[in-house]
Amino acid sequence: MKRSTSKRRPAKTKRADFYRLRLYIAGQTPNSIAAIGNLKKICEDKLRGKYRIEVVDLLKKPQLAKGDQIIAIPTLVRRLPPPVKKIIGNLSKTESVIVGLDLKPLR
Amino acid sequence: MTGARPKVVRSSLAKAPTGIKGLDEVTGGGLPKGRVTLVCGSAGCGKSLFAMEFLVHGAVRYGEPGVCMDFEETEAKLRANVASLGFDLRELTKRKKLLVDFVSVERNKIAETGEYNLDGLFIRLAHAVKAIKAKRVVLDSIEALFSGLVDSTILRAELRRLFHWLEEHKLTAVVTGEAGERTLTRHGLEEYIADCVIALDHRVTEQISTRRLRVVKYRGTSHGTDEYPFLIDREGISVVPITSLELAHKASTDRVSTGIPALDDMMEGKGFFRGSSVLVSGSSGTGKSSLAASFTRAACARGEVCLYFAFEESPSQILRNMRSVGINLEPWIKKRILHFHAMRPTSIGLEAHLAVVHKLIERFQPKVVVIDPITNLVSDSGTHSIKSMLMRLVDFLKVEQITSMFTNLTFSGDPQERTAAAVSSLMDTWIVLRDSKPNGRPRRELYVLKSRGMAHSREPRELIVSDRGIELGKVLRDHSLATPVKGPGGVAVPE
Repeated sequence: MKRSTSKRRPAKTKRADFYRLRLYIAGQTPNSIAAIGNLKKICEDKLRGKYRIEVVDLLKKPQLAKGDQIIAIPTLVRRLPPPVKKIIGNLSKTESVIVGLDLKPLR
Repeated sequence: MTGARPKVVRSSLAKAPTGIKGLDEVTGGGLPKGRVTLVCGSAGCGKSLFAMEFLVHGAVRYGEPGVCMDFEETEAKLRANVASLGFDLRELTKRKKLLVDFVSVERNKIAETGEYNLDGLFIRLAHAVKAIKAKRVVLDSIEALFSGLVDSTILRAELRRLFHWLEEHKLTAVVTGEAGERTLTRHGLEEYIADCVIALDHRVTEQISTRRLRVVKYRGTSHGTDEYPFLIDREGISVVPITSLELAHKASTDRVSTGIPALDDMMEGKGFFRGSSVLVSGSSGTGKSSLAASFTRAACARGEVCLYFAFEESPSQILRNMRSVGINLEPWIKKRILHFHAMRPTSIGLEAHLAVVHKLIERFQPKVVVIDPITNLVSDSGTHSIKSMLMRLVDFLKVEQITSMFTNLTFSGDPQERTAAAVSSLMDTWIVLRDSKPNGRPRRELYVLKSRGMAHSREPRELIVSDRGIELGKVLRDHSLATPVKGPGGVAVPE
């Protein structure tokens, strides 16, 4: 099941600046809940209005694990902008998330 | 002699047969059912093939569908392994016998931003197992995770959890691991596997490659620590089987001709016992191969399938040589009664040779087997190992009631003669051939040094090889094989 928690995409944002993120979790575990919270906070701080988060719960959609080659939970996949990037963990280490997702600071 | 007899695992634990030729005998029925087995070894040792055989045979023969989590991104190799077993991966997948999930692990470490676990892997595995109602699982090789994940504490805890999960779900699993420098596996997977560990080894010494399998650990089952030679060929793995655990084979009273009437006469007029083993030893040019060819021809004439292993000469060379002494074997080859198998002795190791011998015997179901000469096999290995290997082969032949003849080249004063003495104890009949030059006239002598269970002649005879074949001359009074009786090389043989 895909659950969108994003802000609506503003019409004027250039495609190259827009972040499409997919977070893979497996049920409502402490790490999954933490990852969702941490991700929202980081995105609001760094990417306000320029991101969309999709949460995939593999307990409900196990067949989706293969596509993005998911092994660890939680895994966050940056689907846009290219190239695709993948980081794992509950996203509590903000610096690692920023580096891992190659986030540009808000202009 | 019994001390060197291979030990075999016995137990009442539930087993999942691997279908790998010979292995299920060695392990008393297969791998521990519902448990995890670690198969480890260096690159190219046959781990992946082992794992796929376990899976494919399980699915096809034993009605246990299997899931393979392949961490190596080697679909082509996996497809080839399955094809080598005579199956099509796509077909097996379609029939829901097999399901392969190619797990790609990034070569570079993935950025880690906090705590995580391997639920993704668990979910994929569970999903695959459920999809085909799998009973078997292969993880090949899960060690790839160590290259992608930084936090080895989490990884190790998760591996432990994974193996527990497999057991909880009563899945029989094979996990492969790369050999480490000082440990069985590079990442110490053996620490997590309590039930069964099998090590595969591929050694190359003096350019001769030998594969060996060893059951390192098998909980709840007594097992031999012997190394079992194995072979990888187009049909997969075969471990040299040990068919006879005790000396339980029936001794036949049926007799078969030696192919030389005069030699039959020396053996109560009837020749060898069916299913017995015969050693023919002698120095170069004494007529060993001719004797073997006579024996072979007689068997073919009786309509008995013969398997002739040539380790020295090519079949065409043997055929030509035999024609020159009036023995024409070619018609029997055409009739598919006689099968030649020529191998260069140094091309593969001794054990591999013997494994090939076993396989071909199983394929052709011969009544007579000739190994000409066994010397070339013996020369590259220690006496002890040749003896234990030969013992297995001789036992196997006896159980199958196959009459066998081994020729052995001897040189006087050569250490190989000791081998002849060691090997001869396994043999029921020992025929010694020898050159001599009494009064300056060269001649060949034949002597039946021993033949168990019969009142054989002990008198040396002249061996005459002409274009009419082999004949025996009169009893020699001035023979070089003077009493006390000595084997070739002067080894005293107890009467």
